[in-house]
Amino acid sequence: MSAPILTAHSITKRFGATLALSRLNFSIRAGEVVALMGANGAGKSTFVKILSGVYARDEGMLTLGERAYAPDSPQAAKHLGVATVHQSIADAVVPALSVADNLLLDELCGGGAQWWTPRASRHLRAAALAARVGLEVDPGAPLGSLSLAGQQRVVIARALASRPRLLILDEPTASLSTSEAARLHALVDGLREEGVAVLLVSHRLGDLRRLASRVAVLRDGRIVAEHDAPVDFDAALEAMIGRPLPQVRALPRTSRIGAEPALLLRGLRLTAHGDAFDLDVQQGEIVAIVGPVGAGKSRLAQVIFGALRAAAGEMRLYGGAWAPRSPTDAIRAGVFLAGEDRWRTSLFPDTVAFASIAATISFPFLARWQRGVGLPRDREAAQARDAIETFGIRCSGPDDRVARLSGGNQQKVLLARWHAEPARLLLLDEPFQGVDAGARADIAAALRQRADSRATLVFVSDLEEAHEVADRIVMFDRGAIEHDDVEEPFSLANS
Amino acid sequence: MRSITPTAAAGNSPTREATRQRRHSLFVALERGGLLLVLAALGVIFTVREPAFLNVANLFSILQAVSIVALLGIGVTITLAAGGFDLSVGSVAASAQMAASYVLVVWHGNGWEAVLACLALGVVAGLFNGLLITRLHVPDQLATLGTLFLLAGLQLIPTGGRSLATGTVLPDGTEANGTFPDAFLALGRARLFDVVPVPVLVLLVLTVLVSFVMGSTRWGRVVYAIGGNETAARLAGAPTARYRLAAYVASATIASLGGLLIAARVGRGDVSAGHSLLLDAVAAALVGYAVWGAKRPNVPGTVIGAVFVGVLLNGLTMLNAPYYLQDFIKGALLVVALAFTFSIGRRAEGRN
Repeated sequence: MSAPILTAHSITKRFGATLALSRLNFSIRAGEVVALMGANGAGKSTFVKILSGVYARDEGMLTLGERAYAPDSPQAAKHLGVATVHQSIADAVVPALSVADNLLLDELCGGGAQWWTPRASRHLRAAALAARVGLEVDPGAPLGSLSLAGQQRVVIARALASRPRLLILDEPTASLSTSEAARLHALVDGLREEGVAVLLVSHRLGDLRRLASRVAVLRDGRIVAEHDAPVDFDAALEAMIGRPLPQVRALPRTSRIGAEPALLLRGLRLTAHGDAFDLDVQQGEIVAIVGPVGAGKSRLAQVIFGALRAAAGEMRLYGGAWAPRSPTDAIRAGVFLAGEDRWRTSLFPDTVAFASIAATISFPFLARWQRGVGLPRDREAAQARDAIETFGIRCSGPDDRVARLSGGNQQKVLLARWHAEPARLLLLDEPFQGVDAGARADIAAALRQRADSRATLVFVSDLEEAHEVADRIVMFDRGAIEHDDVEEPFSLANS
Repeated sequence: MRSITPTAAAGNSPTREATRQRRHSLFVALERGGLLLVLAALGVIFTVREPAFLNVANLFSILQAVSIVALLGIGVTITLAAGGFDLSVGSVAASAQMAASYVLVVWHGNGWEAVLACLALGVVAGLFNGLLITRLHVPDQLATLGTLFLLAGLQLIPTGGRSLATGTVLPDGTEANGTFPDAFLALGRARLFDVVPVPVLVLLVLTVLVSFVMGSTRWGRVVYAIGGNETAARLAGAPTARYRLAAYVASATIASLGGLLIAARVGRGDVSAGHSLLLDAVAAALVGYAVWGAKRPNVPGTVIGAVFVGVLLNGLTMLNAPYYLQDFIKGALLVVALAFTFSIGRRAEGRN
């Protein structure tokens, strides 16, 4: 066997008091496709960022080829032979520029660029890069006219322009359709033939099965297991979680067979070309909708919440027709959504004067709680004190700034907000994002304790998280339900 | 997980830690009171050099001079708080005072009709801005910039580009012979108890009212929430488009009120009335960021910002500084206040 191209020896990285990577050892050889698996917070993205030059390691040693490898920027990493394609394509391209200019973007923005390059020569060089990834489009067309898969190909072609020895692909198929994903798989096969080492970060078991010649499982900041192909994914998943798959909560005692489901979806299509699907959720039940990033889970949540429209299909809530025109409608009817990526969808930045725990919790219910003209400050404070106690939010009081809390406590504040008034249907989109294991257990326990009086839908990309909280798991991908109740060992009791 | 004790901090001597703490609290105090301190210092310097500065009459003349700009600044502040930016307030005020003059001088309307025409123009301009922004999704600054030009041009059309007073000859050759009634002129010229000018009174009432709405009611909270994170506000059930529309209507209506007071003070429709209003109002709102370390649009800060500019200009004029220095001084003040807000504020935060 050939010598490793990249070796990581005893890499340690801390953020404040948190140990993100703890003496991690890893190596990858030419022509090898290694999949990096790990639950949220295991350290995957920290490791990828160290390799791609975004973060510097605190301790340990990296070797690339024969030399020590310590890039101080993503450009330096690329120059040394490590190229990264990040999950978000939008951050890497300029939609208004032509495909050719996007392909040559690094060159055009780099220091050595000519002040003027003729269009023909740009197109010629761009065509060479495009050919490498099998991209057949007009180089003069604006990049924005390409599909997402096409844009991703442009990004990969650009990454390959520097002839990298190691290519890092972060969730590359997250927003691709099945056939597009298959084309990407073929592309990775080609790279493997050429002797490029590929580090693949993906939540999609399909990708891993198809591509990985080895799986490295990351947990608590170190590699805890490595499996060579053919990979035993059940063992890998157990290694990822660090214990046998968790026990599932017994279903609520009261049988509600015959009663109207709390939420009923019939023939729902999220997008015009998506598949139609059905879903029933009973009161008292916690259902996890599990699918990779970009599968359309958030879209489904927002459709039920009235923030987006479905392309077709019917929704019913406790037997009545459910067609909310806005989140305002949904909240009034007791349908609450705690959005994913809390700083984008839910919390107010610290520059906002009232961004305290109390006001963050009360915000959706101000009109409901208001007596007279002024703000319901007493109610707000009382509710916040109550929430701090029941959800175990670590802070000094209701007036603490949310931005100063830890991620887990911020998430608890958000959860407390949507428990401040009784919900009939609670939607939680990635409620465990950026939350450590302890806080996650608290949150799951809090959800289960209050589940009986409502229906709860949890949207997660991580199976382990789903198991921690849900009664039933529904697999969701590419805008539709793939199958209810996945095969052993994940299958659970039917409702 | 291991907890890591910062050994460097532990190695610091207690005195150094105390110095750091002291320096930090000094920063906070400076950040909060800095601008007010400078305002007080200016007052002292001007009074020492020219004792007439501290006359009640002079102080109220300063307030009278800044009242229009402060009013417009309040409007700008509301839109800034909602994450927008109303650049049309100067034009709205200017065309409102032209509208009032037109109603009085050409249509022989009474004072009430002039007031109504003014405010109606404000509401319509605000709706126009708001609908451009929320319905057609034109970016805030561009939409209101368009309205700025539109209204600045529109106000010239009925009079053929001339200022409008009793006796002005209109484009169709007729002579406008209506007059400004005394009751209307009183809005700009009368003084309560012979001391407080009506515009200052109007400013006071609006400052208290809008400060209360923005600081202590649900509506104000939603407006600031939209400015902070519109998605979060929308997903928490706030009808954000309606609120943004309302912010622009409020801003333009307050601006038209400013135009009304201008018309009442000068007693004619002046085509050049609105020229410096926008920049002064924006400057007041931005200087307001630095008042009491708010670092965000706030109504009391805006009014203090306007007063600050007024005091500075009045005092320098008393000390015989040439008139043409005024814009430069305003610019310098704005830059200093912004640098103060964004740099010192950030550094002090970083030290926490």
